[in-house]
Amino acid sequence: MVEHSVPDNLGNDAAAPVIPDPEPGYGPATTADPATDVPPVGARLNLPEAGEWKRVSPKYVMVEIVGTVVFLLIVCAAAGALWLLLDQTWAAWVGAAIALVTLISLAFEPRRVRSIGYQLRADDLLFRRGIMYQRFVSVPYGRMQLVDITRGPVARVLGLADLKFVTAAASSGVAIPGLAEADADALRDRLVELAESRRAGL
Amino acid sequence: MTSLADGDWHRLHPASPLLRGGIFVFALLGFVIANLRERFVDLVFGIPRESGDPLDAIYEGGAVGWALLIVAGILLVIIVAFSLSWRMHTFRVTDESVEVRSGILFRSHRQARLDRIQGVNIVRPLIPRLFGAAKLEVSVAGQDANVQLAYLGSALADGLRRDILRLASGARQPRAAVPGPIDPGQPLPADETDPAGTDQPGDIAAPAANRRHALNDYASARVGEFLAPELDPDAAPPESVVRIPVLRLIGSIVFSGFTVFVLVGIGAIITSVIVGGSEWLLIAIFPGLIASIGYYVSRFTKSLRYSIAGTPDGVRVGFGLLTTSNETLPPGRIHAIGVTQPLAWRPFGWWQISINKAGHSTNDGAAGQAATTVLPVGSLTDVGKVLELILPGFAIDEQRALVIRGLTSRGGNDGFANAPRRAAWLRPFSWRRTGYTVTAGAALLRRGVLSRELVLVPLARLQSVGIDQGPVRRRLRLASARLHTVTGPVSASLGVIDVDEAVRMFEAISAGAVASADSDTSHHWSLVPAVTAAAAPAPGSTAAPAAPTEVTS
Repeated sequence: MVEHSVPDNLGNDAAAPVIPDPEPGYGPATTADPATDVPPVGARLNLPEAGEWKRVSPKYVMVEIVGTVVFLLIVCAAAGALWLLLDQTWAAWVGAAIALVTLISLAFEPRRVRSIGYQLRADDLLFRRGIMYQRFVSVPYGRMQLVDITRGPVARVLGLADLKFVTAAASSGVAIPGLAEADADALRDRLVELAESRRAGL
Repeated sequence: MTSLADGDWHRLHPASPLLRGGIFVFALLGFVIANLRERFVDLVFGIPRESGDPLDAIYEGGAVGWALLIVAGILLVIIVAFSLSWRMHTFRVTDESVEVRSGILFRSHRQARLDRIQGVNIVRPLIPRLFGAAKLEVSVAGQDANVQLAYLGSALADGLRRDILRLASGARQPRAAVPGPIDPGQPLPADETDPAGTDQPGDIAAPAANRRHALNDYASARVGEFLAPELDPDAAPPESVVRIPVLRLIGSIVFSGFTVFVLVGIGAIITSVIVGGSEWLLIAIFPGLIASIGYYVSRFTKSLRYSIAGTPDGVRVGFGLLTTSNETLPPGRIHAIGVTQPLAWRPFGWWQISINKAGHSTNDGAAGQAATTVLPVGSLTDVGKVLELILPGFAIDEQRALVIRGLTSRGGNDGFANAPRRAAWLRPFSWRRTGYTVTAGAALLRRGVLSRELVLVPLARLQSVGIDQGPVRRRLRLASARLHTVTGPVSASLGVIDVDEAVRMFEAISAGAVASADSDTSHHWSLVPAVTAAAAPAPGSTAAPAAPTEVTS
């Protein structure tokens, strides 16, 4: 999150010099033919055979922005207090640097939210997120231990909910944020149903 | 079937409250004795002492009667509390679950489903062991979710474990081999007041000679139990598959990472003495060195008498000289296996095997490490035998070669999909060896060149699989992959992998995980005859003939 802007070009210039595609491979528009143009050198991670990714609600950007702004305010307040009350000049610089980086990363927030995707395949749940730091996870339905739905204050105002798919492994970390509440409930019921039919022991 | 697993409620060993509170009782005794030692000295040697201790104060104050009353009251309360807690602490084993009820004021009722059992551990700490008692612990997945039966009669604990595992295995009939060897010397369990019950004040009517006879019997029974081999003979192959020679054990402890710290400490002391003038360093380090001797000794005694053997109900790992522990892991309870070799062990060809499992015993394992170390130290042949036991259905020769290549190969075209040369930017030494392969329902991950490591993950136990890529790896057309298993010492991850290979691995392993889980029946491992035939005799039959030959290795 800290240095979101810089290395992004890194990935792209090496990857696909043909079209400076900002988001190769996600969204229904581009998933149709990513298999054909797997670049020969320098590649971002991509699942060519995966179907259509379902995205989370675009409104989720607001949740992230509000969170970031609150974080920014706290940092500024802390830095300001150190600077003005305790006369620590370095605090002002550090605070300013953090604020700058956060603001830049804020600009990429919509793209980051668009990068979050999931799909229900025949036997497993596929999950992806991240642009800079990409992550793909596949969880067989039978490994489900429980499904958690949480709603933060901002998300509740926007009618959103976060869904967490919990397995016996702490590192699985499949958390789908920013689903519309009805979608989250439907997805939860669907996942429970699928897990029931494919239940495995631990 | 012993009477303990018949679905009725039973009580624990009568001395349980005393044994459980053992440390505190001894601490209290020590405290009292330490405070009154002058009086003892006076009593024994007649050396006069200064007056003024509490007993003098009581005597001079004329409060002897009150003091005695208070002591008697306290004793009474303790006895009543202990006997009440013993009466209220009951357990039962049904076809479905193990249940324990305990507590006087705050009642608790804990129930563990049999098909969720992750392992059954029998621990005999030194003092309870002297009294012929053992602690049986049924581990299920989850934090602090274990069902403890502390304490039971030693032989009863073994029988109860056998019954629990048989019920859990889904085999409803007692196995033909099992009931035979129930020790004839065992007073058949009328209840759990086994021989140890004789030390209870109860049979005052018995004649003195009879009692002395009983005491003799009791003592010899205890001695016999103390010296008995850790594995009871009714387990299928009584022979341990692997034996650790004492020298190898000492060597493995000496050539461990801990020794480096000790050597650094010694070096620091020597230089400080030679240079002189800095006593503080001596003061700072020396106690640590003394403590490290204790650490070595405890690791050594805890790994002595190590044994591992296959039984119809899973792998049984036992160890310990004074405090012994002996755990049975039913089939399909092992989520990941890590075979590692630290650099210092390489000249000797020693390896260590640790596992990830969902249930965590509260007791330490071999070598004082977590109970996740199933082989503290062993040669390559030992590794093969242990892998055969803990990965049933993985004993085919081709796979053995693959495993050995995974352990010792330097890399290259050897059956593993290895990282490309450009991975040397991130793994300058080990990139040749960093690779994976999927075979026979298990994923094998290989990494590390100084400290070699091979991780085996049974796909039926795999929770999920993930691939990651950050900016640096994207630049190098690499990715990293990770197989998510339950928490444990083994981390199944590959730091570098070709990006296309990562995608292939992702698809292959996620498909394999689904397929293996569908065909997995290990939660009732004896229910389907075919499974028993495949899993149970394989370790036994291969282990028995192999046992004599490996002693020399």
